[in-house]
Amino acid sequence: MSSELDALYQEIILDHYKNPHHKGLRDPFEAEVHHVNPTCGDEITLRVHVEDGTVADVSYDAVGCSISQASTSVLTDLVIGKKVDEALSVHQTFLELMQSKGTIEPDEEVLEDAIAFAGVAKFPARVKCALLAWMAWKDATAQSLGTLPEPATSSQEA
Amino acid sequence: MLEGLLPDLEVVRKDFPILTRTTPGGGPLVYLDSANTSQKPQVVIDTMVDHLERHNANVARAMHMLGAEATEAFEGARDKVAAFIGAPERSEVIFTKNASEALNLVATTLGWAGEHQVGPGDVVVTTEMEHHSNIVPWQMLCQRTGAELRWFTFDEDGYLDLSQADELLTERTKVVTLTWVSNMLGTINPVAEITRRAHAVGAIVVVDASQAAPQLPIDLAAMAPEERPDALVFTGHKVVGPTGIGVLWGSRALLEALPPFLGGGEMIETVRMTGSTYAGIPAKFEAGTPPIVEAVGLGAAVEYLSALGMEHVHAHERAITGYALEGLAGVKGLRVLGPTDPAHRGGAVSFELAGVHPHDIMTVLDTRGVAVRAGHHCARPAHEKFGVQSSTRASSYLYTTPEEIDALVDALEYTRSYFRLDD
Ligand SMILES: Cc1ncc(COP(=O)(O)O)c(C=O)c1O
Repeated sequence: MSSELDALYQEIILDHYKNPHHKGLRDPFEAEVHHVNPTCGDEITLRVHVEDGTVADVSYDAVGCSISQASTSVLTDLVIGKKVDEALSVHQTFLELMQSKGTIEPDEEVLEDAIAFAGVAKFPARVKCALLAWMAWKDATAQSLGTLPEPATSSQEA
Repeated sequence: MLEGLLPDLEVVRKDFPILTRTTPGGGPLVYLDSANTSQKPQVVIDTMVDHLERHNANVARAMHMLGAEATEAFEGARDKVAAFIGAPERSEVIFTKNASEALNLVATTLGWAGEHQVGPGDVVVTTEMEHHSNIVPWQMLCQRTGAELRWFTFDEDGYLDLSQADELLTERTKVVTLTWVSNMLGTINPVAEITRRAHAVGAIVVVDASQAAPQLPIDLAAMAPEERPDALVFTGHKVVGPTGIGVLWGSRALLEALPPFLGGGEMIETVRMTGSTYAGIPAKFEAGTPPIVEAVGLGAAVEYLSALGMEHVHAHERAITGYALEGLAGVKGLRVLGPTDPAHRGGAVSFELAGVHPHDIMTVLDTRGVAVRAGHHCARPAHEKFGVQSSTRASSYLYTTPEEIDALVDALEYTRSYFRLDD
């Protein structure tokens, strides 16, 4: 049974959980969003700073489980420094992985540390945890670009 | 052997087919999420199947043989529910969809024209330990009517601060609503005392018995009239009944004074295009085809509980909860949120484990076949009070064994080692 758990709690996840990257809320930023997971109460406040079409910074203040905290940390590693388009495409790849119920082989080239979340896709109750920050980031990015965000329930329906 | 356990626990467990389920690894299933929903005994399942197979028809309006049988079964369920809570009159028992709908029925109709109409300047009092279903409908009532919502807070041990009563209960107070047993803290609240003090200032008292009805013997008729709430609600699925059915008990005086909630078939006396007159209770509050087979199942459920004896169910819960509190006290870094004296609490035990998030605890426990709930348990304000977003909740019921509590404690120790809390 612990191998089942080990598939979920990869070492990378526990590392990011213990030492989250890019934590804290910083200036400057163009958009700030607050997302919650209504079933468990996990919350995140997330800011994005976009400069010349590049994700210059993503900063956050979040409370939640190891999966949600680690995925927030991994998200910031992946998107900061990328062109917004590129970052959105990573987002899409991650979303597909999480919605795959474990049927997709993750692409390490694109997802880097985020491949550790492949195991989470097999725990339906935990997929929302992994997606909380990603949905918040997408929402904030859309707001910062002045485009309409996805429907407001994105953090849940994903 | 623990004192207070149901004498034939092993036999009782055989009544619940789901308890023989195993985990994918073949281990036993330890269901400790009964405050969320209870498991169902065979007799409830069989009664519902039998009703659908042999007696199905609409009620009241179908006048043929099957219609008569279905009506008898449905109304028979009302009698059983009335007996279960000691309702002074059977017509005071209204079937709803769940506890939430029952609370919404009362909170909504109190905002409409009538003897008890809540208006600007009035006060509605609740508590900080309510389930969201007993907060939000009252917030909505207050928003619509301009009344003010106020609440009792609770102390760090999970008991309501009754010293606030003089301040909260004044001639402005129109409604006092509270949970009998908290679904998060487990606290049993002094319903009779609060009701008496609320009645003294002329307020109506609405009690959420969603967690009390499964665990405590309730005898409304035996309560002193000044200590008897005016309305009491509970939900079928937590008293070993099916989902889709809830109960609103209201005193005849209150139910007759409230305007109807939903309009439609069965709740009328006569309908003309220029206006309608309404049926008496309970039909007045049961518009449309009711959840018939669910009511029949609920009837079988409360009869099952009564046959076990609610005082025995209560003693069992107390014994198991006491045993659980002892076991949990031995887990390093674990803090119980709520009373630690089993005499003052129900069987839902919420806790924190330093260093591990409730979601992660839940997942580790789940892989060991131990089902608990992680989250805010629809009681976010109560969690805020403890400075936490969420907690883990283990909740026992009449079929829970001491061995299952041991499995919980073992699984928590395993969680601690898995997350290397002692490194
Ligand atoms: C104290 C309390 N009140 C109300 C409810 C709501 O019950 P339901 O969801 O069946 O309406 C619950 C259960 O979830 C509860 O524990």
